[in-house]
Amino acid sequence: MPPAIPTLSVEKLQTHFFTAAGVAKAVDDVSFDVYPGEIVGLVGESGSGKSITGFSILGLIDAPGRIVGGRVLFKGVDLTSYGREALRQLRGNRIAMIFQDPMMTLNPVLRIDTQMMETVRAHAPVSKQAAREQAREALAAVGIPAPDERLNAYPHRLSGGMRQRVAIAIAMLHKPDLIIADEPTTALDVTIQAQILAQMQKLCARSNTAMVWVSHDLAVVAGLADRICVMYAGRIVETGDVDTILEHPRHPYTIGLLGAVPENVARGEPLMQVPGVAPSALALPAGCAFSPRCTFATDTCRTQKPPVFKAGDSHLHRCFHPVERVAA
Amino acid sequence: MSTLSNLLPGWTTNRDTRTGQALRGMFGRPAVALASLTCIALIIVAIFAPWLAPQNPFDLAALDIVDGRLPPGARGHLGHLFLLGSDALGRDMFAAMMFGLRTSLGVGISSGAFALIVGTTLGLVAAYFGGWIDTLIMRTVDLMLGFPTILVALMTLAILGQGVSKVILALVIVQWAYFARTVRAVAAVESKKEYMEAALCLGFSHRRALFSQLLPNCLAPVIVIAMVQVAAAISAEATLSFLGIGLPVTQPSLGLLIANGYQQLLAGFYWISVFPGVLLVMLVFSMNMVGDGLREALNPRLQK
Amino acid sequence: MIGFIIHRFVQSAGILMLTSVLVFCGVFAIGDPIQILVPADASPADIAQAVHSLGLDQPMWKQYLLFVEHALHGDLGRSFVFNQPSIQLIMERLPATLELAVVALVMALMIGLPLGLLAGMKANSPVDRVIMGGSILGFSLPNFWQGIMLVLIFSVTLGWLPSAGRGHLGTLLGIHTSLATRDGLIHLILPALNLSLFKMSLVTRLTRAGVRETLPLDYIKFARAKGLRERRIIFVHVLKNIMIPIVTVVGMEFGSLIAFATVTETIFAWPGVGKLIIDSIMRLDRPVVVAYLLIVVAMFTLLNLLVDILYSLLDPRVRLGGA
Repeated sequence: MPPAIPTLSVEKLQTHFFTAAGVAKAVDDVSFDVYPGEIVGLVGESGSGKSITGFSILGLIDAPGRIVGGRVLFKGVDLTSYGREALRQLRGNRIAMIFQDPMMTLNPVLRIDTQMMETVRAHAPVSKQAAREQAREALAAVGIPAPDERLNAYPHRLSGGMRQRVAIAIAMLHKPDLIIADEPTTALDVTIQAQILAQMQKLCARSNTAMVWVSHDLAVVAGLADRICVMYAGRIVETGDVDTILEHPRHPYTIGLLGAVPENVARGEPLMQVPGVAPSALALPAGCAFSPRCTFATDTCRTQKPPVFKAGDSHLHRCFHPVERVAA
Repeated sequence: MSTLSNLLPGWTTNRDTRTGQALRGMFGRPAVALASLTCIALIIVAIFAPWLAPQNPFDLAALDIVDGRLPPGARGHLGHLFLLGSDALGRDMFAAMMFGLRTSLGVGISSGAFALIVGTTLGLVAAYFGGWIDTLIMRTVDLMLGFPTILVALMTLAILGQGVSKVILALVIVQWAYFARTVRAVAAVESKKEYMEAALCLGFSHRRALFSQLLPNCLAPVIVIAMVQVAAAISAEATLSFLGIGLPVTQPSLGLLIANGYQQLLAGFYWISVFPGVLLVMLVFSMNMVGDGLREALNPRLQK
Repeated sequence: MIGFIIHRFVQSAGILMLTSVLVFCGVFAIGDPIQILVPADASPADIAQAVHSLGLDQPMWKQYLLFVEHALHGDLGRSFVFNQPSIQLIMERLPATLELAVVALVMALMIGLPLGLLAGMKANSPVDRVIMGGSILGFSLPNFWQGIMLVLIFSVTLGWLPSAGRGHLGTLLGIHTSLATRDGLIHLILPALNLSLFKMSLVTRLTRAGVRETLPLDYIKFARAKGLRERRIIFVHVLKNIMIPIVTVVGMEFGSLIAFATVTETIFAWPGVGKLIIDSIMRLDRPVVVAYLLIVVAMFTLLNLLVDILYSLLDPRVRLGGA
C-alpha cells in the first residue's frame, strides 16, 4: 500500500549565516523526503551542514543565521511560514529532537522529573501527578530500571547512556510523528551505542514514527537506516536506499566515505583516504564543491554546479562523472 | 580603527608593540578617545593650577567675606569675575576646584603608584617562588579583598590617625591586593615559560630574573588595573574627605570641597557643592573609560 | 557536605582570630593604648587604674588574652563621649543600619534582576545600551555624590522627599521598624536608594552577563526543541542557573552594604552605626571605634560563612558532591 504523503518533505532548503566575515552558506539547496515509519540517515562530515538542516526543520536557527529559501513540509504544511507560537506547539509534540551530548542538553540544576513533566504540560492540560506518571512510563519504556529513583535525580548523577535514554524518553512523550536525532550516540561508548540504536529502532517501528538520523558515521547509519542521504558542503550529493548506496555508490565522495570504513577494507589493505579538507561554508568553490578533492574532476566539474541526476529508482546524485563500478 | 593615526599620517602605531596597543586602546573608540583627552586635559590643569588659577584660594588675605556665596558668573565687589561662583568665605570656586583637582589627583596617583609597586612586587614574588611564600601572600590578598575598601580605610585611619601621609597609606593598604592578585595570576603563567628557564640557566640572580625578564611580560594587565585603581583611589579619598576623616582642611581635595558645600546645598546655593562634584565625576568617569579601553586593547584573550 | 561546612567554620574562626590579633596589635602594640582607651582628661590615678585593669604592665601575650577575655564578656571599652559601654551604643544603633541595608539589598535585587534579564534578552539593542550605560553610572559615580544628587533632585528641587533623619517607627511582625509607618517609609526611600544604587548596577550587570552566557547553551536550545514557552525558559531554566552566582555575590556584598552605610548615614543623618563610627573617629572616641571594628568584622566573617553554606545548598552539584 503506497504511503499517502511524506511526513517530512524538505524542498530546496537554504539556510545561510550572515556574519561579519561574510555569508556562510551552511545549507544550500537540500531536498529529501521521509515517510511514516521510515528512518533516513543524513550522513556527512563536520561542517557539511547536516546538523543545521536538522535545526532548520524545527526552526531553531539563531541569529545571525536564517532560512533564506526553500520549504519544509510537515505532513503537507510549510513550516517556514509558521509563526513562533505555532512552531512552539509542534516542537516536542509532533516533531521531537534528540541532541548529541546529553550532558549539555539536560539542565544541570533541574531534576529529571521537572524536565520531563514540563514537556508533558507544555502541550497538554495535564495535572502534575498525571504528568509525573507519564514520565515514569516513558522512562520504563526506554529500558531505564528503577525509574522513580531516576526521576528524583539530577542529571549529573546519571551515566551518559542513561541521560541519552532520558532524552529519548522525552522525545517520545507525546508520540511524535517525526524525530530528528542529531548524532545521539556519538558521545557514548560503543556498547551503549548498540543498545541505544536497538532501542530507537524498536520504538520507531512500534509507533510508526518517521526519523531523520544525522551522523558522520556511515557504519552506524548503515545498520539502522532505510535510506541514506550523503551531504557535502551544504548539499546532498547522493541519496538512495541503504543497499543501493552501500553496494552501488555513484558519487566519488560516497565511495570515499565507504572506503574509509574499516569493515569495507580487506585486512592489511590501507584505509582509503579522501585527500584534502572540506571547504569552509564562507568560501565555497565555484562549480562542484567536491572538485578540489576529487580524482575524477574535470573542467566542467570545476566551473558548473552539478544538478541532480537520476541513477535509478529513487537513487539520485549530483555528479557529472558518476562512478559506474560496483564497490568491492 | 585608529582615528588619530588617520589624522596624523606621519605617526604610525606598530600594532604589535605594547605601546601601540595601549595607544589604540586609548584612542580607538570615539567615546574612549574623548575620555583620554579629558584625562590629559585635567592632568595638565592640575599640574599648572598655581599658574592657571585666577585666584589663590589659600591666601586668606585675598578673600573677602563680602564676596561670599555669589552665584556663577557674578562679579565681586572688586570687579573680580567669579566664573563658577564663590563659596561661603568668598573663595573663587573655579580656583578652589583647580587646587582641589590638584590635591585629588596627587593623592590618587601617589597612592596608586605605591600600591602598584608593593602589589606588583609581591605578586611577582608569590608567583616566582611558589610554595609557602605564594600561599602566605595570596591568603593575605584574599583576606584583604574580602573586606570592603571603606572598612579597611576606616580601620587604618582610626588606628593611625589622620593626615595626608596616613590617607595615602590607608589607600595603599586597600589597593595593593588588587595588583598582587592580578600580577600573580599572569606571572604564574609567564614564569613557567622557557625564557625564564633560560634566564636561570644563564646564571641570572633571582632579582635580575624577576625584574628584567618576568616583569616586562606581566605589564599589560598592570597598566589596565593601574588606571582603574587610580580612579578608585581618587573616589575613595573623596569619600573619606567628604566624611571628614580624610585630608586635613589645609589641603582641600575635591571631596572636602563637596562636603563644605553640602550644607549650603540645602539652602539653595548649589554651586558650592555641585561644581566640584561634577569635576570629580568627570575625572573618575573618564579614567574608568580609559581603563576599559585599555583593557579591551591589551587583553590577549580578545585579540584574535 | 558536612565536612565542607566544618572546614569553612574553622576557616572563619581563624579569620576572626587573625582580625582580633590585628586590631589588638593596632591598638596595643602600635598605637598608644592609653591614648586610645582612656579619656584625655583622666587624672594620673585614673590612668594608673586603667593601666592595671587593662593589664598594660603585663607581657604582650597576656594582654592579648585579657583583651579577648574582655571581648568575650561583652566588655569592649567605654565610650568617652557618652560614658556608656561601647557595645551598648553599637547595639542600640545597629537595627537602624540593618534596616537600611536590608531594604537597599531588596531594592537592588528587585530592580536589578528584571533590568538585567531585559538587557540580556535584548542584547545589543538600544534598550540594552541604555541599561548598561545606566549601570556604569551606578557603580562609577562615587556613593556620596549619588546621595547628594538624590537630595538635590528630590528634596531641594522637587521637594517630594525629606533629606534627613529617620521617620517614625512602628511594629511590623514584632520588630520596630520604619517600614511600618508612612512617615518611616518616606524617610527610608532616599537613603535606601542611595545605598542600593551600587549593588543594583552590579546585579544588573551580573544578570545580563549570566543571561548572555546561558542563552546560547545547548540545554536552552533543547528546552526550545521541547516546545516550552519562552517565559518558562527564561524564568525557570535561565534564571535558576544564573541565580546561584548572583546570590553568592550579592550575599557577600551585604557586608559591604553595612560598611557603605557610613556614607549614606552621614549624608542623610540616619541614626545608625555608620554615623556613629564617623562621629566617633572625629571625636576621638576610640573605644567605640575599636568595638565597631571588632563587631563589624565578626558580622562580616559570619556572613561569608552563611553565604558559602547557602551556595552549597543551592547548587545541587556541590550539595550532592557529584560531577
